[in-house]
Amino acid sequence: MAAEDAVPVEIAAAPASALPVTASWLVTPALVLLALSPAFLVEGFRLFQLTLVAIYAVAILGLNIVTGYNGQISLGHGAFYAVGAYSTAILMASFGLPYWATLPVSAAICGALGWGVGFPALRLGGLYLALTTFALAVAVPQVLKHDALERWTGGVQGVFIAKPDAPFGLPLSADQWMYLFTAAIASAVFILSRNLLRSRIGRALMAIRDQPTAAEAMGMDLAALKTRAFALSATVTGIAGALSAVAVEFVSPDSFTVNLSITLFVGMIVGGVASIFGAVFGGLFVVFVPNLAEEIAGAAPGVLYGAILILFVFVLPTGFAGLLRRAAARFGRSNLANKAPQGR
Amino acid sequence: MEGLPHQLVAGIATGGIYASVALALVMIYQATHHVNFAQGEMATFSTYIALTLIQAGLPYWVAFAATVVVSFAIGVAVERVLLRPMHDAPVLAHVGIFIGLLLVVSNLSGLVFDYTVKSFPTPFDTGGGPMLGGLVSGHELGSTLVTLAVLTLVYLFFRHTSLGLAMRAAAYNPTSARLVGIRVGWMLALGWGLAAAIGAVAGIMVAPVVFLEPNMMLGILLYAFAGALLGGIDNPAGAVAGGFAVGIIENIGGAYIVGTELKLTLALAIIIAVLLFKPSGLFGRVVVSRV
Amino acid sequence: MAALLEAEGLTAGYGPTAVLHGLDFAVEERGVSALLGANGAGKTTTLRAVCGMVRTGGSVRFAGEPINGLATEEIARRGVAHVPDGRGTFMELTVEENMRLGAYTRRDRDGVEADFERVFGYFPRLRQRFKQQAGTLSGGEQQMLAISRALLLRPRLLLLDEPSFGLAPLVVQEIFAIMRRIREEQGVSILLVEQNASLALDFADRAYLLETGRIVVSGPAADIREDESVRRSYLGY
Repeated sequence: MAAEDAVPVEIAAAPASALPVTASWLVTPALVLLALSPAFLVEGFRLFQLTLVAIYAVAILGLNIVTGYNGQISLGHGAFYAVGAYSTAILMASFGLPYWATLPVSAAICGALGWGVGFPALRLGGLYLALTTFALAVAVPQVLKHDALERWTGGVQGVFIAKPDAPFGLPLSADQWMYLFTAAIASAVFILSRNLLRSRIGRALMAIRDQPTAAEAMGMDLAALKTRAFALSATVTGIAGALSAVAVEFVSPDSFTVNLSITLFVGMIVGGVASIFGAVFGGLFVVFVPNLAEEIAGAAPGVLYGAILILFVFVLPTGFAGLLRRAAARFGRSNLANKAPQGR
Repeated sequence: MEGLPHQLVAGIATGGIYASVALALVMIYQATHHVNFAQGEMATFSTYIALTLIQAGLPYWVAFAATVVVSFAIGVAVERVLLRPMHDAPVLAHVGIFIGLLLVVSNLSGLVFDYTVKSFPTPFDTGGGPMLGGLVSGHELGSTLVTLAVLTLVYLFFRHTSLGLAMRAAAYNPTSARLVGIRVGWMLALGWGLAAAIGAVAGIMVAPVVFLEPNMMLGILLYAFAGALLGGIDNPAGAVAGGFAVGIIENIGGAYIVGTELKLTLALAIIIAVLLFKPSGLFGRVVVSRV
Repeated sequence: MAALLEAEGLTAGYGPTAVLHGLDFAVEERGVSALLGANGAGKTTTLRAVCGMVRTGGSVRFAGEPINGLATEEIARRGVAHVPDGRGTFMELTVEENMRLGAYTRRDRDGVEADFERVFGYFPRLRQRFKQQAGTLSGGEQQMLAISRALLLRPRLLLLDEPSFGLAPLVVQEIFAIMRRIREEQGVSILLVEQNASLALDFADRAYLLETGRIVVSGPAADIREDESVRRSYLGY
């Protein structure tokens, strides 16, 4: 029988940590500083690209929460990204809110939408959910272009907004400030998410993903947890969308086609399913690889992109993060004899 | 050609396309319990192949036949190369493969055949005006007949041939199928080939209407999904009925209710409504899974 | 003369769990061997191992050729018909379609038609239910259908997994009577798995007693049937 040919089933069962858990009181601030540093080391287009990396990393993290950790496959997260982006743009352009004030509002709107999507999602599993969210992703540009909403959305033309200058007269360019602001928000979101996903709630989400019946038998309220997972996931991706509106200074329906949802999905798989740090890899991948692919493959970056996705599913189902985890495990094993057992 | 009767007839014509793609989707779903998200892109790619053959000078129906055969082969190859090793992998991995396939095929279409919108010839051009008393265009009538012919042939194949029976058996109960000597792996590959061939026919029939470009089938795929779900994702006959129903709903809904800009949203609405209220579809079986 | 089916040191398992720990057994040409034992002893797994439905180690030879490692469908094509645990009926298909599937790999039209008639001779009820959906048949009828499907393969070896399971005693007697006829008229060899030891020992030539994946007693069925101590300690009667 062909059971030997099967791909290892790791893709859905990965544990939560790609980084050493030890000394996180030291590692976390160091990482945050590392995340903020490019503002001072890089400039111009590169800095803008890194801003996008941070944004996509957050968006992919959002997707990972509901799909990687909770097992609800969403091919429509671009919709939440779009809602976050448009909310911020409209609040700034039509209502004059400052950029930073729009973030909580956009986040809340996306959270509510996510919860709303989470309810019908309860009735759907696996492929049906993927299908429905796929349909959602395809429908988004159409809805955004519709006449009824044109007053706010600007229809096909979209909405233009302006990047803010650095506050308090700090000696930073608008690009630098944008990067710092984005990276700071991203770091905060990552830290909060990591804490949540390593807690009991995170384990509950994963239990639901792996053994829903057993989880229910153990007293978990599946419906509440799953809808909340969707809500949280949508909030996180929505925040990314909101940030993107400010960073790009523009929103339009054609920026949020089904390709966006597919991109986020690819970023999640390549970066590492059910991995927080994997989202960063995912962000790097989706921002830089299409350009690289264009240089290598000339006119066919999309083909290479798709081929890489397929390759990862076959060869590296746990993504870059999984690779890192395995390397860390091998390194850790050789040190284990010398160290006392570490607590979480 | 406005008016309700025309919308109805046009709905049946487009419904035939949706029914064909829905059938292709259901065939793969029945055999593998997976939905091929890349079905539309594969059909588009096939349509490009057909156009290339026609432009190279082959007569329409020869190009048609050749494309169907080539598409069949591509479908078989995709299953053997990409899906076979994934047999036991979890759902997420399969979704990843399908999405990857979607990206590769649709970009390949753009790469090999470029992104400009192309017009596609129809063999049913009556030159003059509409037929059947002004109800329907030559192409609408022709394409409806072609899709009905294809659907009938597929039905006869599955009901009345030994190979068709073996394929159904492999889909219903692969373990028992093996016990009677059926090579289940190849049955799956054949199913994929058949689905790809049907998709090619659908693409060739719809291209003259919506014009050929790499994303041509995306919307159609959604309508086909909606139709397959409406009829019952595990019921080929239901999926066909669902496809026709969606065609009619889309045309009437688009003309009189939501306007053409929101037609895709209508597909989404149908999908959600079915999944919320009757997930097994109008004609599907309710499947209870034991813990 | 070598046996039709010979297993030596057969091991098998599901995933990392080993269930069979090195079995030796055989089925002679035109003979009947019975595998007995309690639930969980590994009887069904043994039949699955012969058919390649689980991972196996050791050696299994059919008509002198090794078959372990072959795909299930290839083993079936060599003339091994398995009536599985639970009957494996194609519920959504009709009785006719189920039976036609049994003959799927055969090329001899006339032989197949003749076998259909012969099978109706054994199980006339199937002719009555020919166009009915298989899922609507009773347990006993499904068992008859399963056996018919296997016979339509024109097998050299028939693997039967608990044919008496869940059936009323009268129906069971009917089925065993027919199995005797099949054996006599067609010369099919049979490997029978049964929890109903007395029934099996009456029918079989050789018997093997399984206990947690090992054969603890083996020998001519008649001897085992007579041996009171074996019967009492292992077979409960």
